[in-house]
Amino acid sequence: MEWWEYLIKYGKVFLVGGAVCLIGQILINRTKMTSARILVTFLVLGVVLEAVGVFEYIKEWGGAGITVPITGFGSSLAKGAIDGSKISLFHAVTFGLASVSAGLTAAIVFGFLVALIFKSKPKKL
Amino acid sequence: MMDGKEYCEYVSKTAPKTSELKTLLPAFCIGGIICMIGQGFTDLYAYLLPEAEESMIGALTSMTMIFFGALLTGFGIYDKIGGIAGAGSIVPITGFANSIASPAMEFRKEGIIFGLMAKMFVIAGPVIVTGVVSSVIVGIIYTIVAAV
Repeated sequence: MEWWEYLIKYGKVFLVGGAVCLIGQILINRTKMTSARILVTFLVLGVVLEAVGVFEYIKEWGGAGITVPITGFGSSLAKGAIDGSKISLFHAVTFGLASVSAGLTAAIVFGFLVALIFKSKPKKL
Repeated sequence: MMDGKEYCEYVSKTAPKTSELKTLLPAFCIGGIICMIGQGFTDLYAYLLPEAEESMIGALTSMTMIFFGALLTGFGIYDKIGGIAGAGSIVPITGFANSIASPAMEFRKEGIIFGLMAKMFVIAGPVIVTGVVSSVIVGIIYTIVAAV
């Protein structure tokens, strides 16, 4: 790829990723949603977008702009379930979690290690 | 004397309004930058591991972003970014890592098992439960649709 092709590609990632976070910020401003609700909302959005087949198109255009936000986590869950449903019902209900095992393992192990190593600083109000 | 409704109106009139643009712009920019960093790792892993499947590249990217999200939480840097970025730091997968590492650190003083290990899921728990349940629903719907 030429340098300007990278520029366009990363520009699109910035736009899509920024837009997703912008929607999140509007939700926070308007509804006073907590971060847990924001994460759950975008996760479900990712699941729905993948299930109806729209996610692929956004990913093709915006790359990591849609996969790095928690929507990507939801998409992987739904994609695993959809791929599993082609094999059997057993795979349909278990492949969702299997497809995000890498991310979940990383989040739990790194979260655990960080909490063991670092001390929480008292929060300044 | 004012009743509750009047008081609410009074508060909403006199409370300082944070200009919405001041929260939207940092959320957009920092969210966008975090995604660009993620794209950088995706391209790096695709270059280093040309044989690997796309799903593995994606998983490695997630793990890397989660690692940095947790590490920056440990150093207390992620919360500082979050103060400026708002949703720009919550919505990316690094925010999910932060939502696990942050309560784990905070509640460590209540013990390793009932503090750290239990409380690390205060925010991540609902996220994981919603995710798994909705993926099961999607799997069942797709199985039924395929059978019909």
